[in-house]
Amino acid sequence: MKLARILGVLAALLALSAAAADDRTTPVRIGLTPTFPHDQYRPLEKWRLYMERKLQRPVEFTRRDRYIETMDLLRLKKLDFAWICDYPYVHFKKQVKLLAVPVHEGHPYYQSYLIVPASDKTTKSILDLKDKVFAYTDPYSNTGYLAPRLELQLAGGDPARFFHKTFFAWSHRRVLESVATGLADGGAISSHVWDTLSIGKPELTRAARVVTKSADYGFAPFVARVSVGDEEFRAMQKLLLEMPSDEEGRALLKELNLDGFIVGDARLYERTERLIKAVGDK
Amino acid sequence: MNPLLNLSFRYKIPLWGGLLIITATLAVSTALIAQSYEDLRSDLVSSSASLGRTLAKTIFSAMIQEDVWQAFAIIRAPLHETADDKLVQPEMIMALDQQERVFVSSHPKSVPILTDIRKLDDEFAHLARMIVAKPGPDAPIVDFAGARRFYAAVPVAEEGARLGTLVIVYSNDVFLPRFRAGAWRGAGIGLLVLAVLLPINWYWGQRTAAPLIALARSTGDVARGELLAPPPGTYAYDDELGRLFDSYGLMVKSLREKTLLEEEMIRSERLAAIGRLSAGIAHEINNPLGGMLVALANFKRRYEDDERAGKTVAILERGLTQIRDTVSAMLVDAKVKGRDFAPHDLEDIRLLLAGEAHQEAVEIDIQCGLTEPVALPATLVRQILLNLLLNAVHASPASATVQCAVQRVSGSLQIETTNAGSAIPPDLMDHLFEPFVSGNEEGHGLGLWITYQIVTQLGGQIAAESRDGLTQFRVTLPVGENHA
Repeated sequence: MKLARILGVLAALLALSAAAADDRTTPVRIGLTPTFPHDQYRPLEKWRLYMERKLQRPVEFTRRDRYIETMDLLRLKKLDFAWICDYPYVHFKKQVKLLAVPVHEGHPYYQSYLIVPASDKTTKSILDLKDKVFAYTDPYSNTGYLAPRLELQLAGGDPARFFHKTFFAWSHRRVLESVATGLADGGAISSHVWDTLSIGKPELTRAARVVTKSADYGFAPFVARVSVGDEEFRAMQKLLLEMPSDEEGRALLKELNLDGFIVGDARLYERTERLIKAVGDK
Repeated sequence: MNPLLNLSFRYKIPLWGGLLIITATLAVSTALIAQSYEDLRSDLVSSSASLGRTLAKTIFSAMIQEDVWQAFAIIRAPLHETADDKLVQPEMIMALDQQERVFVSSHPKSVPILTDIRKLDDEFAHLARMIVAKPGPDAPIVDFAGARRFYAAVPVAEEGARLGTLVIVYSNDVFLPRFRAGAWRGAGIGLLVLAVLLPINWYWGQRTAAPLIALARSTGDVARGELLAPPPGTYAYDDELGRLFDSYGLMVKSLREKTLLEEEMIRSERLAAIGRLSAGIAHEINNPLGGMLVALANFKRRYEDDERAGKTVAILERGLTQIRDTVSAMLVDAKVKGRDFAPHDLEDIRLLLAGEAHQEAVEIDIQCGLTEPVALPATLVRQILLNLLLNAVHASPASATVQCAVQRVSGSLQIETTNAGSAIPPDLMDHLFEPFVSGNEEGHGLGLWITYQIVTQLGGQIAAESRDGLTQFRVTLPVGENHA
């Protein structure tokens, strides 16, 4: 018994020292999803180095096209933080904690844009796309999947049969490219990606046209794995919130086409929750 | 006869040469163009087949997962390369499902997803039939006659199980300009070769033809008997043509010599015949003449006192004497024996002619090349010299100089007299040495005949020549042994 207790104390001490060592050398792992243009390497690498300097720790970015893969990695504790879409955040609420909400043009909201090729001058609503080819972003995307399906439902269409063919392009940007090239006759993307690309890749947004805009939804949030320690959580949150206070942070926010981050709370996502329910009920 | 074959070599050689060059260049250019077409085609076939196989392999997983975007990205990749003239860019790439409907195409605006390609146009309908008829992995190139496009149709399959078909479409609009560019290049090279070779051929033809033409013209002249026509020029090289030129020269020379010899012989024979005739006549006249003169002398002696008869007899005597003189002049007898011709004879000649020369106001310049007597009868040589120089003096214009040179030339005595004055007309030249032929009004025309007879009987030769305003007589007499 005595030996067992001694061994137990020793093991606890070892674990503590290991944890202390981890703080400095184990990297912070952050998952990036196509909720924003996550495939641009150069600005994101600058952001990563910025984080490393601020946190005094190595930072790793893990990019995955599919939201569900990032959610799996969070669940498997392969990631500490992730910038995901509002739909998976609400859907997997128990697995994640809200870390920070991006602010774009003064609001922590974004919309879903229904887009068609610029050559299509006639489409007025999603109903005009009957028996056409439609591009979704991701089955776990709000603005790129749920929102247009709700719009269709509300208009009286059956999302499962309405289109001739649908496919997932696995990113907002690719939905825009699909529509711009004519691969798809219509698609749905996040307003933030549209705005960002209209600055960076105006030739893409010029080739497409926004038909309708959805209601405001809480912006795709930055989340933390539930099991992330408080200190780590706070350090990361502080970093994000304080980005507008230094020049480099401001430059990075400009490249991300964001004003900054706020703490936010779950109420921002009530509409998303209702949306999931509405579409799910169907 | 084809008039083309009768053309002058001047045109025939360059024409045939040019024809050959053009034919050869055309053949080579055509072969090059055909080769470039074949190369281009085989390039296209192999590159599109290879591209098709690569894409078909890559697109398989995207198609089986129905990942439209992934498939789109795969077939767009080869088209995003920057346009390069060296590469024939596909016009379109598309992936078809098992029903030959478009799974995805690189140009969704013109060929949207799920289009049945049979409905696109006839060529695609044909393509669909061929894909259905030949689903195997072989023969990926579909190219039918008259088509506006090439198609490379590669099955998207795994272990023979076909999921769909990958079709790469090439437009002839891209292919043909490239072929045309190659063809123009071939044609340009051909034209360049022609531009270089044709002038060379023309020059070479002219060069080869020119001596032939000259030779043909000269041969024609000779055939017409114009032996003195200008020669065909020279040809510097020792090839067949050079030998032909040499032979031609030799032939003309021997022809000319033969002709001269014939003329000379005819003249000699005529002169000999005249000589025999005149000698015969002279003998026949001389015999009765001698008798007549003797009879006349007797008659004169008997009727010395009859003045009237005396007058008549005197007339007869003078006439008969003139006849005898003339006849004896024609009877040249070279068999006269006498002393040898010596240098001082020339001095005598000069003295004898001085009066006549003074009267005509002509200088006589005699150059004596002799130092000792020559074994020739002095009387006859003097006669020759006197005749020739008297003729020369009379023929000379006033205040001119008559040249005379007498010298030994290798076993013979050579006499040359030269005077200025009008040339001997060519028609007179042939009959110059015949009796009673004279260049002027005064002479009786026996001087040169007598000279000729003397020269001939001495075994020598006499020749006359009028050139450059000078008339020259040259006498060559073979010298025997000294008489002294």
